[in-house]
Amino acid sequence: MGDPMLMKGNEAVGEAAIRAGCRYFFGYPITPQNEIPEYMSRRLPAVGGVFLQAESELAAINMVYGAAGAGARVMTSSSGPGISLKSEGISYIAGAELPCVIVNMVRAGPGLGGIQPAQSDYFQATKGGGHGDYRVVVLGPGSVQELADLVMDAFDIADRYRNPVMIMGDGILGQMMEPVEFKERPLSSPDPKPWATTGAKGRKPNIITSIHIDPEVLDRHNWHLQEKYREIVEREARFEIVDAGDSEIFLVAYGTTARICRGVVEKLRERGLKIGLVRPITLWPFPARAFDEVCRTGRAFLTVEMSTGQMVEDVRLAVAGRRPVYFYGRTGGALPSPKAIMERVLQIADGREPDPPGESIRKQGGA
Amino acid sequence: MIVERIFGRPRCMNEMVMRYCPGCTHGIAHRLVGEIIDELDIAETTIGIAPVGCSVFMYDYFNIDFHQAAHGRAPAVATGIKRVLPDRVVFTYQGDGDLASIGTAEVVHAAMRGEKITVIFINNAVYGMTSGQMAPTTLIGQVTTTTPGGRDPQRAGYPIRMAELLSTLDGAAYVARVSMHNPANVAKARKALLKAFKTQIQGIGFSIVELLSSCPTNWGKSPADALRWIEEKMIPVFPLGEFKSPKEVE
Repeated sequence: MGDPMLMKGNEAVGEAAIRAGCRYFFGYPITPQNEIPEYMSRRLPAVGGVFLQAESELAAINMVYGAAGAGARVMTSSSGPGISLKSEGISYIAGAELPCVIVNMVRAGPGLGGIQPAQSDYFQATKGGGHGDYRVVVLGPGSVQELADLVMDAFDIADRYRNPVMIMGDGILGQMMEPVEFKERPLSSPDPKPWATTGAKGRKPNIITSIHIDPEVLDRHNWHLQEKYREIVEREARFEIVDAGDSEIFLVAYGTTARICRGVVEKLRERGLKIGLVRPITLWPFPARAFDEVCRTGRAFLTVEMSTGQMVEDVRLAVAGRRPVYFYGRTGGALPSPKAIMERVLQIADGREPDPPGESIRKQGGA
Repeated sequence: MIVERIFGRPRCMNEMVMRYCPGCTHGIAHRLVGEIIDELDIAETTIGIAPVGCSVFMYDYFNIDFHQAAHGRAPAVATGIKRVLPDRVVFTYQGDGDLASIGTAEVVHAAMRGEKITVIFINNAVYGMTSGQMAPTTLIGQVTTTTPGGRDPQRAGYPIRMAELLSTLDGAAYVARVSMHNPANVAKARKALLKAFKTQIQGIGFSIVELLSSCPTNWGKSPADALRWIEEKMIPVFPLGEFKSPKEVE
């Protein structure tokens, strides 16, 4: 471990990537992630790498596609609207089975939405985004330290499975400063990558493609991908449970929202409430196993998100009807307040239905 | 008796039978690329970018590394590869829908940056693989499946001249338009392609060769009539020549 440094989340992403052996970055400006390309433009040339500001997100992700095919550790970053544009390329990269890391510092949508933090790209990240039967490993860090750690892990996971890995942060995580230590770790990037298109010297030509026009061949390819995804589900799911022991009510949250919920858990525990927190760290694969553990004592769940309710669908699938699963969320850059979460927890503790989300519209007396 | 082989398939190409329509000039363009890769002895250091279009499977015909790109994105994929492997030769092979419509931004910006790649641009004035819709290069009055009354500029605009457009960019070092409608022009096309690859190998900048090509199937013409149509109809709209050529590769 080196000395801790005080860094913005976005800059920590850049530094962690470089320390993980990433030497190529292709990006396009969009708020709130601009410190990532700016950091890379300063640092990459100094370490013999390449920073390129592309003409669009479409071009950036396709540069990533090319660089990954050539065998490099490569990264791009963006935010919601830009990730929508990159989704075409991500589908190709997943189909062609190439490793790369994509960072999404999520802002509020839909459309141009806003530039404030949100978690409303959960569906896009975990359910596809682009076309076809493919999956992207999605990591949801909750602090600048974890952001740095997971960026480094992301390159290893990408290489191990030859699959895109997405870091899903949000505007707060990208902008806030926290102490961070960059862990010394061996570079695990396989070199050379025998499948890379580097020029067919002394070997048969390598072809990187996602087109398989014969239905039987494409069917086989898709089931091969599923086999790989099944292995990822088995081996890579990560989560944290706070106060597992005797908790009867569990909050479920990831990323920045999990930080808010952690505070709520501490406060309510002081008041004697048996409450815990399930924090998914991998959003895909979703850590369903965590819910088997907490269902032993837990009798109700409250999922809290900066969205109108996306991850809550995966929570319901994991809980599978064993316990009630409630939802609370704010959107558009508004944060779920500890007070609003606490009120709902106390309602659940009283055996009541918690107030539904959407108080801002009710305050105005309807749409 | 001494038997000397004086003509054959380029070494970097394989025995695969091409699936292109009779009279299509993709075969000629592929062969020219193959001959130049052999002549420059770069088969082991070259990476091709296969496009979306009739030539999507062009990697089946070559014994070199290939990376297949999404429609229009070939110059971006080529940029990614070339930036990682600056000592390799990287080329894209793109049709007019790919390069001049959906991928206009990618080719313009690759040229703007002076990416040291070579773009082979097949202009046949029509979308081939999707069965003959209007392309950005479709001629005024030309009947296609989406301009059934002929291309009307009031509704569908005018043919786009990519070679001229790209030649205005400082990063574009070699820009030429050639044709494949007769042997003399095929020979000129070969020379242009050779210069384009040399421009890349010498690290001078971006190079592109636009090749006027035939599509007898979608034009509804015999192969011979299709070649005549290039000469009589296409060349007046798309004049041939070198728009930019660096002294170093003369």
